[in-house]
Amino acid sequence: MGSKRLFGKGLSGSGLFKAASGAVVTLALSASMSVSAFAEDVLGQPTDKAMGWQPAGSALKRQTEWFYNDLLFPIIVAICLLVAGLLLWIMVRYNKKANPVPAKFSHNTLIEIIWTVIPVLILVVIAIFSLSLLRDYNNMPKPDVVVKATGNQWFWTYDYPELGVTDIESRLREDAKDIKTAKAAGIPYLLEVDNVLVVPVNKVIHVQTTGADVIHSFTVPAFGFKIDAIPGRLNNTWFKAEKIGTYYGQCSELCGKDHAYMPIEVKVVSDADFDAFIIKNGGKTRAMIASEAAASAAAAEEAAASAATAASASAEAAASAAPASAAATPANASASAAPASGAAAAH
Amino acid sequence: MSSTAITHERDTHADSHAHDAHEHKPGFFARWVFTTNHKDIGTLYLIFAIMAGLVGGAFSGLIRWELAEPGLQVFMKGSMLDSMGLFNLSNPDHAKHAFNSVVTAHAVIMIFFMVMPATMGGFANWFVPIMIGSPDMAFPRLNNISFWLLVASWVLLCTSIFTPSGPGGEHGFAGGWTMYPPMSSHTGSPGPAMDLVILSFHLAGASSILGSINFITTIFNMRAPGMTLHRMPLFAWAILVTAFLLLLSLPVLAGAITMLLTDRNFGTSFFDPTGGGDPIMFQHLFWFFGHPEVYILILPGFGIISHIVSTFSRKPVFGYLAMAYAMMAIGFVGFIVWAHHMYTVGMSFDLRAYFVLATMVIAVPTGVKVFSWIATMWGGSLWFTVPMQWAIGFIFLFTVGGVTGVVLSNAAVDYSLQDTYYVVAHFHYVLSLGAVFSIFAGFYYWFEKMFGVKYNKWLGSAHFWIMFVGVNLIFFPQHFLGLQGMPRRYVDYPEGFAYWNKISSIGYAITAVGVVVFLIMCLEAAIVRRKGEANPWGEGATTLEWTLSSPPPYHQFSELPVIKEDEDAHH
Repeated sequence: MGSKRLFGKGLSGSGLFKAASGAVVTLALSASMSVSAFAEDVLGQPTDKAMGWQPAGSALKRQTEWFYNDLLFPIIVAICLLVAGLLLWIMVRYNKKANPVPAKFSHNTLIEIIWTVIPVLILVVIAIFSLSLLRDYNNMPKPDVVVKATGNQWFWTYDYPELGVTDIESRLREDAKDIKTAKAAGIPYLLEVDNVLVVPVNKVIHVQTTGADVIHSFTVPAFGFKIDAIPGRLNNTWFKAEKIGTYYGQCSELCGKDHAYMPIEVKVVSDADFDAFIIKNGGKTRAMIASEAAASAAAAEEAAASAATAASASAEAAASAAPASAAATPANASASAAPASGAAAAH
Repeated sequence: MSSTAITHERDTHADSHAHDAHEHKPGFFARWVFTTNHKDIGTLYLIFAIMAGLVGGAFSGLIRWELAEPGLQVFMKGSMLDSMGLFNLSNPDHAKHAFNSVVTAHAVIMIFFMVMPATMGGFANWFVPIMIGSPDMAFPRLNNISFWLLVASWVLLCTSIFTPSGPGGEHGFAGGWTMYPPMSSHTGSPGPAMDLVILSFHLAGASSILGSINFITTIFNMRAPGMTLHRMPLFAWAILVTAFLLLLSLPVLAGAITMLLTDRNFGTSFFDPTGGGDPIMFQHLFWFFGHPEVYILILPGFGIISHIVSTFSRKPVFGYLAMAYAMMAIGFVGFIVWAHHMYTVGMSFDLRAYFVLATMVIAVPTGVKVFSWIATMWGGSLWFTVPMQWAIGFIFLFTVGGVTGVVLSNAAVDYSLQDTYYVVAHFHYVLSLGAVFSIFAGFYYWFEKMFGVKYNKWLGSAHFWIMFVGVNLIFFPQHFLGLQGMPRRYVDYPEGFAYWNKISSIGYAITAVGVVVFLIMCLEAAIVRRKGEANPWGEGATTLEWTLSSPPPYHQFSELPVIKEDEDAHH
């Protein structure tokens, strides 16, 4: 859609916006700049004393950050400063001593129209960017890998439905449950899990979520997505990690006593490492599935050809054609999963 | 309000009669238990709200104490809290459950037993009849039962905190005030604690519905001669709109929790997917009530602030009609934005886009109100009394909470902020710093009128400044925690969130000092008993309550006041 372009325009237009809104906004922006000076942010996890976002790990999160830092934040700070400034001015200028005789006016149509129309215009600008970003979240590209995250009390289960890897149980590591042992092991307290969710870098990952018992919520702040894991529903969202590394999130819907103890750890790896991980867990890589599908399709073609020349072998050919079409299904599944799973969540 | 002038000679006349005919009060028990007097019921509600507020505030203290640093310190065996024996902290599982149940109880208490009783129960009962020139409420006995139903509801809620919630002996419902199933259904909370919460909500709901019917009838039928709707004080307008919100939204909550009750006890499966139900259905029903509910909490505050700002600027309210209609607009739009609480549950694009746009619309009438308060002060002759300090504090802090609401209305941003401390900061800025500041403002504004004694101004100002610093220190850093991704309702957190949590807990300690100063202020006024004046605020106070003595006669307006148009006010 045109949404990407809209954001491009927004980025260049933001310079104009800043200049036009004058000193107040500049002040607000310098306040947001000082955020990073206060603490050096760590990728993929919270940083102590930080005042802003975690560093973005995906394009969508970067757009969200831009939308907040460069559009919403200056606007809301400007409004707060305007209200604070007016209040201060009134307190100085119109206190009992400075202005002993009060004015008696109680209407001014022009000013009332102004303070109705200007907020509407500001909201229209916000809404344009907001809906455009929402569309980017909603228009999910075709997936390279589909992962399914099931929320349980109190751990996550991961599946790679197309790659034949199922039931990876991911729990908070024992030594991450205590500050001292976590420090000794060099892992982040309350975040490190035993079995991580592994995804390839720079690939479109679709995340499907569901709940096994109560509602949980699956999120990784650095990637800017959050999707509830609800019993009886299959929700769907997507992200594309841009950098190899480890990214943490935490369950974000109150789910019982250990709500704070079921973190999410996503390890973003190279394609080769991802394939190795899949094979190690008894699955088949996408390349393997594709080549198998191609081989069985070729076998089926060959069988069909030989069936044409040798009529007596026709029964055999039909028998081998059947598994061939069956094997071809997983390869198509990733393509067909997009609209199908999209229907589950986005409808 | 400001566009009206009151004929004074008639009610002072009525007053002198009232002293002979009506001033005899029943004995203590009959007066306070069987009371049908709107002022006594208002006082009962205020006392109730202060008591509940202290409990809810103590609960938030437990939360901030636990979250002061990473690791478990308070909700664990052998802690100071354990030695008090209030909660079952015998093993780590029960202790963590107790934390969640305290978080849940804090929300329920503050919403249903502190803010609503203080505004709709206390101030509205006290001042709506007086402001519209009525001798009492339309249904005085209904008024009595409204109050006592709330007490019964409170007893049920407190009982539930100490009632088993699970098979292991953990106590209290721990699924949050939103009560989402399956956490609140048999799966998440099999014990009777949740059933008690449901029954408690039913009674609180019935209490509020009866109260709303009473206010609507009173305001429509019992206005004094000449008190047209368009001359009615803004506080009465605020209560009228709030009463309609309660009347229309509470039955939806009652329906939802009744279905939850039958799911839990009688084998239905409204919200159970294994029986064809849908947990998200509950969320829609809940927020159809829950979003109007947040306006129910703040609208009476809007009314209070308008009066205070006008009184102490010695100037009529700017844009009276726009103010009244802005409240109606907020009330109406409040009903059609509920699913912005549910951006992450998997709704269609169109639905999410609609709720983004509808939610943003609310910013417009809210902006009208903020700017009109400022315009009311503009050109005025400001007198910085204690209630005025609270009111100015309210305007600024409510603005801060309002603009973060605009941020959260954007679904795309909400994917990063939903269920984080950013949301906690937002709704505490509009409620804890908004609604609560307006309640304190109203309390100081009407203190002398209600109790007939003056408070110590120095203590009132100290209360304001300590609270102002304290609550900002609690909630402002929570914006940073939210941006960094700290989820809410967590008993413990990674070390990356340590610093701002510490600051937030220090803020709580300061706020607690402020609350102590408030109690000292009440006590000092009760002991010293400086006699109050009928109108301590001078010419700026134009509404009818200031024409009566302080405290007002037990029954006022036995002869109705006549309201006339003030010729100057329209120019």
